[in-house]
Amino acid sequence: MDLNYTPEQEAFRQEVRQFLKDKLPADIQERVQKRLRPTKDMVQRWQQILHAQGWGGSTWPKEYGGPGWTEVQQLIFEEECALAGAPRQLDFGLRMVAPVIMKFGNQEQKDRHLPGILDGSVWWSQGYSEPGAGSDLASLRTTAERDGDYYIVNGQKTWTTLGQHGDWIFCLVRTNKEVKSQEGISFLLIDMKSPGIDVKPIIMLDGEHEINDVFFDNVKVPVENRIGEEDKGWTYAKYLLGHERTGLANVGQWKAMMRRMKEIARNEQDDGRPIIENPRFRDRLAQLDAELRALELTVLRVLTNAQGPGPEASILKIRGTEIGQRMFELAMEATGQDAITHIPEALEPDYTGPLVGSINAVPGAGDYFNMRKLSIFGGSNEIQRNIISKLVLGL
Amino acid sequence: MNFELTEEQQMLQDSLRRFLANEYTFDKRRDILESGKGTSETIWNALAEMGLLAFTFPEDYDGLGGNGIDTMLVMESFGRALVTEPYLATVVLAGGLVRDAGSDAQKQAILPAIATGEKLMALAAYENGARYNLANVKTKAEASGSDYVLNGAKTAVINGGQAHQLIVSARTSGDARDENGITLFLVDADAAGVTINDFATHDGFRTAEVALKDVKVGSDAIIGEVDKGFPALEKAIDQGTAAVCAEAVGTMDAMVEATLEYTQTRKQFGVPIAKFQVLQHKMADMFIHAQQSRSMAILAADQADSDDRAARREAISQAKMLIGQSAREVGQTGVQLHGGMGVTDEMFSAHLFKRLTLINLLFGDADYHLGKISDNLLDKTA
Repeated sequence: MDLNYTPEQEAFRQEVRQFLKDKLPADIQERVQKRLRPTKDMVQRWQQILHAQGWGGSTWPKEYGGPGWTEVQQLIFEEECALAGAPRQLDFGLRMVAPVIMKFGNQEQKDRHLPGILDGSVWWSQGYSEPGAGSDLASLRTTAERDGDYYIVNGQKTWTTLGQHGDWIFCLVRTNKEVKSQEGISFLLIDMKSPGIDVKPIIMLDGEHEINDVFFDNVKVPVENRIGEEDKGWTYAKYLLGHERTGLANVGQWKAMMRRMKEIARNEQDDGRPIIENPRFRDRLAQLDAELRALELTVLRVLTNAQGPGPEASILKIRGTEIGQRMFELAMEATGQDAITHIPEALEPDYTGPLVGSINAVPGAGDYFNMRKLSIFGGSNEIQRNIISKLVLGL
Repeated sequence: MNFELTEEQQMLQDSLRRFLANEYTFDKRRDILESGKGTSETIWNALAEMGLLAFTFPEDYDGLGGNGIDTMLVMESFGRALVTEPYLATVVLAGGLVRDAGSDAQKQAILPAIATGEKLMALAAYENGARYNLANVKTKAEASGSDYVLNGAKTAVINGGQAHQLIVSARTSGDARDENGITLFLVDADAAGVTINDFATHDGFRTAEVALKDVKVGSDAIIGEVDKGFPALEKAIDQGTAAVCAEAVGTMDAMVEATLEYTQTRKQFGVPIAKFQVLQHKMADMFIHAQQSRSMAILAADQADSDDRAARREAISQAKMLIGQSAREVGQTGVQLHGGMGVTDEMFSAHLFKRLTLINLLFGDADYHLGKISDNLLDKTA
C-alpha cells in the first residue's frame, strides 16, 4: 500500500500544470475562477486547444484519438484543470455518448461522430429523461416507429442541459410496446436540425436558462443512426450510467472549489474580521475539507481496484454530490446578506455595472439553488441507495 | 498510488482472522471478560507465537520491521472480533514509543520482552482536568542527585493495571501546558510509591488511574532527552489514534454485517424487515460510513510513521474526527435496526456499539479533532 503518487505520475502532473499555465486563455480562466458562467464559445475554444495537444478526449483510449491515460492520470488531469480554472469539458459528447459509440457503434458511426466530439465542433445533448420517466427511466414513452429506412420519432425529452446549443442529441426511444419496459428501448443518435424538433427553455430556480425540454413531432431519423440492435438500448444506457457515476464524484472540481472557498473565507468580512476567524464558519469548512479528503481517497480506491468500479461507485455519487452541495451552501453564506441580491447581468462577460458586496456574492445564492440538482440527477441519491442495498448489500 | 496489500500482509491478515474466528468467538470472549482480568494469557501467548507482538519492531530487536499499515491490519481484525487484549497499550503505544525514542539499551531490554509476550506495558500520558491536552502535565519529576523523584497522578491509563512497566510523562521544567519541559520516564509498576487502581471499561477493556508518590527512578529511566519528551509522546499518541481508527473500521464492518444478517432474519408483518426501504437506506448509509472510514484509516496508518509533524497531525485529526462521527452513526443505527434486541447484553451488536462509542472518546473525540483541523485552517491563513 502506498498513498504517494509515483514519480511518473508526479511528472505527469507537472506536465499538465505547465500546459495549463501556457495554454489556458486568461479570459476563460478569469471567468471560471470567479465562478461566472463560461460561454459556449469559451467551452469550444478550450476543447480545441486540448484537442491540438492530443488531450481532447482525456478518458479516451489511443485507438480513438485519446491519450490512453490510466484512471489515475485522468484524475490528475481533471484535478489540475479544475485547480487552474479551466472550464469543464462537455460530458455529453466526450464521456457519455462517445463511450457508447466506441463500445456498441459500427465503424461508420465511429468515423462520423467521434472526430466532431473530440475537436468540440459538434455539441451533443442528452435525451434520456421524460416528464413521466425520471428515476424510473425505463418507463419512457417517446416512440420511434419504423418506416422503411427511417424511424419516425414522437414524444418529449426533458432536463436537457445546454440543449439550446445542441447539434446532435442521443435518445432512448421506445421501439416495442409489446415487451417488458426495459426490453423495448432503442438508442438513437438524432440531428437536432431535423424538422419537427423544438427546443424550449426551462427556467430553473436560479432564474437561468441552462435546461430545456426537447419536443419531437414526427421527426425522421435514418435507421443507420441507431446504435447496436433494435430493442437493446437499455443495455447501452446502463453502460453509460455506470460511466457517469464515477465521474459524478467530481473530486477535482470540488478540490478547486475548496481552495476557492478558503480564499473567499479569508477575504469576506465578518464584523471587520475575515469570516475564517469565525469558529462556527471555520469548523464547517474544516469538516467539509476532511470529508472531501475521504471522498478523494475512496475514489482512488475504487479507480485503482483491479476489478474496475462496481456498484460501490454509487457511494461516490452520493458523497460527491452531498459534499458539493454543502460547499456551495457555505460559499453563499460566506458573503452573508450580500448574497440576497440577484444581479444576473453580472454573470455575463464584460459586465461593468454595480455590485453589492464583492464579486464573490454574485454567484452565491444562484449556484446554491442550481446545485440542488446534484443529488437529483444521474440517478437520484435515493436511487443510488437502492443500488447499494440491492447490488452491494444483497438486500 | 496503490492500495494493495503485500503477500506477507495478506497472509498476516488471513491467519489472524482465521485464528480469531476460531479462538475468539463471542462466547469465548464473554468467558474472558467474566474472568475479571479482561485479558487472556492463552490468547496473548498465541498472538506472540504468530509474531504479531513483534511485527512493528525493528529486525535488530527481534522484530519484523513492519509499519503503520501492518498495525492497521492487526487492529482492524481485532476490531471485528472486539479483542480486548493489551495490544494497543503494550505494542502500539509503549512499544512504539520505545522503538521510536528509546536508547539502544532500553530497546534491548524492552522490545524482545514484549515480542515474546512476557512483558506488558502502558502509557500514562493524560491527567485529570487536562482532557485531551497531552502537554497539560502537572505531575512533577524533580532531580535528586542523578535520580528523579516523581509526584502526581495519571488518568485513562489503558491496561495500566496489567502492565509490568509504565511510561509516565512528567514535568521537569516550565509551566503546565508547556510542550517544552516534559520528560518521559520508565516506571516499574511495582516500584515503591506507585499506586494503580484498575477499572473495567464499559466495553470490556481495562483502564487504570495511577498515583505517584515520591517514586524514585534513575536517569537511565528517561526515554529520550530531559525536557524534550513531548514530540515523541505526541507521535506515540498519533500512532495509537491511527490504530484505534483501524480498529473502529473493523468494528463498523462487523456492525454492518451483524445488522444485515439480523434484518434479513427478523420478520415483522410477515416479511424480513430488510425488505423495508426505510431500513435499506439506513443500511446503505452505514455502509457508506464504513467505507469512508476505511479510506481515512488507511490515510491515518500511512501518515502515522511520518516525521512531517504538520502533515501527520492534520491527517490523524481528519481521520479521527470523521471516524468518530461515523462510529457514532454506524453504532446508533446498528442498535436501532436490531430493535429491542439491540439494547440487550445478549447481542454481539450491543458490544460493537459500546466499543464504537468509546473509541470516539479515546485520544480526542470528534469535536476535539475538528477544533484541531479548524485551527490549522486559521494558521495557514495568518
